Amino acid sequence: MTSLDKVRQRAELDAKSRGYHLNPDPGFLQNLLEGLRENEERYGYPSCPCRMASGVFELDRDIICPCDYRDPDVEEYGSCYCCLYVDDEIHEGRKEATPIPERRPTEKQLRAYGPEGEEQKGPIGMPPIAGVAETGRKLFYCRQCGYVVFQDEPPYVCPICRAKREMFAEIRAGVKLLTI
Amino acid sequence: MTPTKVEGEYKVHKVFIYTLSTCGWCKLTKQFLRDNKVEYEYLDVDTASSEDRRGAIKELRARKAPPGFPIIIIDDEKLINGYKPDVIKEALGL
Repeated sequence: MTSLDKVRQRAELDAKSRGYHLNPDPGFLQNLLEGLRENEERYGYPSCPCRMASGVFELDRDIICPCDYRDPDVEEYGSCYCCLYVDDEIHEGRKEATPIPERRPTEKQLRAYGPEGEEQKGPIGMPPIAGVAETGRKLFYCRQCGYVVFQDEPPYVCPICRAKREMFAEIRAGVKLLTI
Repeated sequence: MTPTKVEGEYKVHKVFIYTLSTCGWCKLTKQFLRDNKVEYEYLDVDTASSEDRRGAIKELRARKAPPGFPIIIIDDEKLINGYKPDVIKEALGL
């Protein structure tokens, strides 16, 4: 089992690299770190402790901590959905941490829960690499720094240069992505 | 469904919460109810049996619950989403 210290170190490093902090309330933070460890144990990846995971990697990809919604949430509300990552204001106690609205699109949640909340069946872990036709994913590049991603939609913020989503453009090259 | 019952002195309202066992806000909600000695039942949807989980999701959809946890249901009708101590207090008449 991953140790709690390891989970904490990983989160601290990630917070530092972004200029964020971890939740200043030791008890609340401990709960979240335990939740992350529990999910990593249960699903094979540290999915968000405050969202219900399907257990299918492909459907939970966007909620693996740090989730796709963290950066825009910290920017807009001062904390991520779980309140694991917070900004200076909350860290220094100038602002109180409160629950924030869910940014994850409802379709993604419905897909993860199944049509009638059915149990999802599928392998846990990395699925084989599939091409555009199989996944509906596209290639996007950041017009500011050149970072390229292959996913359903462009990221909210470029993880490399922090450019906003609007800076991303789709790559429509005639490249045939092979299924391995 | 097999929810867990937490005994309390304050039994004026029927309080049921759908929670995730790993979620910080859910834990705060349970703590808040315990601190106020409110009797309640909860279901940790993530660790529930698949039958219970399906039932919970169906129920939440039927009630048009917004996405996310915790979802607090008071007297089978009033629904509160998220950890909102003031709203819960008012709804329970605390």
